[in-house]
Amino acid sequence: MSAYAAGIATLDALGLAAALRRREVSSPEATRAYLDRIDSYDGTIGAYLHVRADDALRDAEAAQRTLDAAAKDGSTPPPFCGVPVALKDNLCTKGTPTTCASRLLAGYVPPYDATAVERIAASGAVVLGKLNMDEFAMGSSNENSAVKPVRNPWDAARVPGGSSGGSAAAVAAGLAAFALGSDTGGSIRLPAAFCGVVGLKPTYGSVSRYGLVAFASSLDQIGPLARSVADAEAVFGLLAGRDPHDATTVDRPATAAAPRIVKGLRVGLPREFLTDAVQPEVRDAVRRAADWLAAEGAEVAECGLPAVEHWIPAYYVVSSAEASSNLARFDGVRYGNRAVGYESIAGMYMKTRSEGFGAEVKRRILLGTFVLSAGYHDAYYGSAQKARAHIRNGFDRVFADHDLLLGPVAPQTAFRLGEKTGDPIQMYLQDICTVGASLAGIPALSVPAGFDAQGLPIGLQLTGPAFAENTLFAAAGCIERAAGCRGRFPDLGAAASAAGAGR
Amino acid sequence: MAYEIVCGLEIHAELSTATKIWCGCANEFGGEPNTRCCPVCTGLPGALPVLNRRVVAFAVKAGLAMHCTIAPRSVMARKNYFYPDMPKAYQISQYEAPLCLGGHVDIETSAGPRRIRLTRIHIEEDAGKLLHDAYGTGTLVDLNRCGVPLIEIVSEPDLRGAEEAKAYMEAVREILEACAVSDVKMQEGSMRADVNVSIRPVGATEYGTRTEMKNLNSFRAVHRAVEAEAKRQEALLAAGKKVAQETRQWDDNRGESRGMRGKEDAQDYRYFPDPDLVPILVSESDVARIRAELPELPAERRARYIGTLGIAEADAALLTRSRAEAELFEAVLAQGVGVRAAVTWVVVELFARLNAAGRSVADLPFGGAALGRLAALVEAGKVNAGSARRILGSMMEQGGEPAALAESMGLLVVADEGGIAAAVAAALAGSPAAVADYRSGSAKSFGFLMGQAMKAAGGRADPKLLQAALREALDGPAEGKA
Ligand SMILES: [Zn+2]
Repeated sequence: MSAYAAGIATLDALGLAAALRRREVSSPEATRAYLDRIDSYDGTIGAYLHVRADDALRDAEAAQRTLDAAAKDGSTPPPFCGVPVALKDNLCTKGTPTTCASRLLAGYVPPYDATAVERIAASGAVVLGKLNMDEFAMGSSNENSAVKPVRNPWDAARVPGGSSGGSAAAVAAGLAAFALGSDTGGSIRLPAAFCGVVGLKPTYGSVSRYGLVAFASSLDQIGPLARSVADAEAVFGLLAGRDPHDATTVDRPATAAAPRIVKGLRVGLPREFLTDAVQPEVRDAVRRAADWLAAEGAEVAECGLPAVEHWIPAYYVVSSAEASSNLARFDGVRYGNRAVGYESIAGMYMKTRSEGFGAEVKRRILLGTFVLSAGYHDAYYGSAQKARAHIRNGFDRVFADHDLLLGPVAPQTAFRLGEKTGDPIQMYLQDICTVGASLAGIPALSVPAGFDAQGLPIGLQLTGPAFAENTLFAAAGCIERAAGCRGRFPDLGAAASAAGAGR
Repeated sequence: MAYEIVCGLEIHAELSTATKIWCGCANEFGGEPNTRCCPVCTGLPGALPVLNRRVVAFAVKAGLAMHCTIAPRSVMARKNYFYPDMPKAYQISQYEAPLCLGGHVDIETSAGPRRIRLTRIHIEEDAGKLLHDAYGTGTLVDLNRCGVPLIEIVSEPDLRGAEEAKAYMEAVREILEACAVSDVKMQEGSMRADVNVSIRPVGATEYGTRTEMKNLNSFRAVHRAVEAEAKRQEALLAAGKKVAQETRQWDDNRGESRGMRGKEDAQDYRYFPDPDLVPILVSESDVARIRAELPELPAERRARYIGTLGIAEADAALLTRSRAEAELFEAVLAQGVGVRAAVTWVVVELFARLNAAGRSVADLPFGGAALGRLAALVEAGKVNAGSARRILGSMMEQGGEPAALAESMGLLVVADEGGIAAAVAAALAGSPAAVADYRSGSAKSFGFLMGQAMKAAGGRADPKLLQAALREALDGPAEGKA
């Protein structure tokens, strides 16, 4: 390993891509450096479910040939050529296991690549492996993985957030240059906040869901978890755009491409998320970030956000209803693990699903089945759809005179493993600040904005109207520069000993 | 007590688009199991459906042909149930907002014409097939049929008995075939029906309790199932029992049904709009464009045959039974053959032979134009009717061009003076008694001699020329008379 390679894990992905193009380091070197780190630290963190060690090195060599050829003929290689990255395990990867951290799909190898995976491959990135998550993306702490929990790199006794906990922890711990996650009600933003990385949930329809194992189809979006705002923006640029394989994707309007500046942005701070229920240090971070934006010329003021009380109930009804249908296909007939010892077809379904799914997945399937059932359909699913329309209207009204909203991602920083597993409602309330953007289909971004007294990252959420990702990147860039978090890295040696103590 | 049968049909017809409804897989019948499918139509994790717009165009065409209102915005919905032939564990169908609303189909019954109202027509996907004990014991799944586009045509309970149910299904089949939106091959399952049956005392306005029989795949099965179910219900009522609302399985081999699933076991399909698909929008200009493409429908064609061409009702009905038969008839007409002759050649000659041989026009080795050219040869006096029948017999086996066949079979009309004279001479020489009878005043004998002369000519003589020559030989030159 060259002296340079040791510091590779502190670079952001664009920085590493530039270093690779300048031939300061080779892709096999960078890849080996990442694989070594995974070897050293992932036993503690638990971010990976599957490491493509040999395949990644082979891909790195191919990337290096592309880089060499480009250097020779003066052409521009693909933007992330040779950069080692990783994917949440609910993104289908041809020939590589895709298990959604579920017993039911253990060993399942898809015959095709998700569109997002194809686009990442086209960017030249080297895929290191598949990342841990809450089973079928259902959870807020990553404790619902059927394989193992993920530990927070900043304090291994704490959760990384969920459901893209493996993605956030891998990026924070320097086990991947960036990662893809998926966000249904906060599953990118919450772990990004808990682990101190940047996470974007794009506008619904911006990124193809083809090949993303569905949780709740009307809410799911794939997005980046990255070490810098610039990385998140670049990865989003690769992913976004209409896909003929996903009917819900749209072409981005031309106005979405315009570069934005912070000066003159009208920023609202929703009062609903600045109450006593929010950890004081998180509230302080929101106000501090408001001042940074104001210092760059933004107009910042508190505002009201209508219909917030409907967010959590509407979200859990809609997402569970869709999940109950989406997860019905896991019946053991064609793929996945079929139970043994059944007497009838109904028995096969019941035994396979009882054994294959974890408790949280079963809870959501039961809830979703109930809210769609004859006699309850209108009262629950029907009402939730109405509430959803009402929530969208609420955002429309706020965005009539605001360019973006600034607030916390979660009421507090990362909590301890086991702290909330006994009470599903407490766990669901972790999503209280994030599910609104999901229900409204609008973009929201989590950006690190400092640390609390315990040294845990604080993430702030920026929310904008549909297709306003560029506005979010501009404001997030301002907060990133002012907060200065990019220079601070978790001490993985300490994390390991804390994990040992916690066991 | 006299009862009236009340019956409604849900007809499922596969649409004959080139590709399936959600993916690019070929929409073809059969194939080795699980070879005509992909991640989308087999519902693999992460795969998403994208609507084939041709399916919408086909369904709109069928809807317009059945006088439906086309919804400018309709929605695909998920019908959730577990069964191994449905790998997503939900069927994508339409529920609250179907593509076609209302409409009607006119049918002919022994009691005269009836108009059967439609509730709706909606789009959905077909399921795969289960193969029980086909390869050793156990059940295997063939997903080739998954994602084949279907329309479901739902009638109002307007049908009053087995005859009407069958006539309605035949009328729907004719319309779908005329529109070229479905293969309507019952034996391949591309058209099948669920039948609802109830009975009520004649004159009653309330409906009785209905039962449903699913997946009937022939007109005969529909007819028999309705009849048998009505009888069963009548027997129950006569015995003072009640009809239970249930789904019954019709066994066409045994000619009886058995209870499958009662009302209390009715499935809750938990329909909701499919979030993977966007609403289907059909503009007024789309509708106008498709309406302009509508072919002449069987009922319209029949009316034209009767009204404009002056064809008898019974013949018109036979000629318009299918698109293939009507097109064959019109190809005969297109050769300049008169309507009456064309009807005779198609209905009396061709259909009778096909019937006798158990064949259909689809199996013919020649087309309507060839038959038309044969009829034209007769009309032009180049081939006699009897010879033409022989030529047709040959064409039915091996095809071929009528004029060439007439030549090679030696069936062209003999019209030269020498040939005619030789035939007359042979007839007179061969039947001196008949000649004597004729000359003593027996007009009947002329017919006999004419037959002998034609026989001598091998049946090929131009009958007018032959008759004139025979008369001249018997009576002397025509000019001499008067
Ligand atoms: Zn397919």
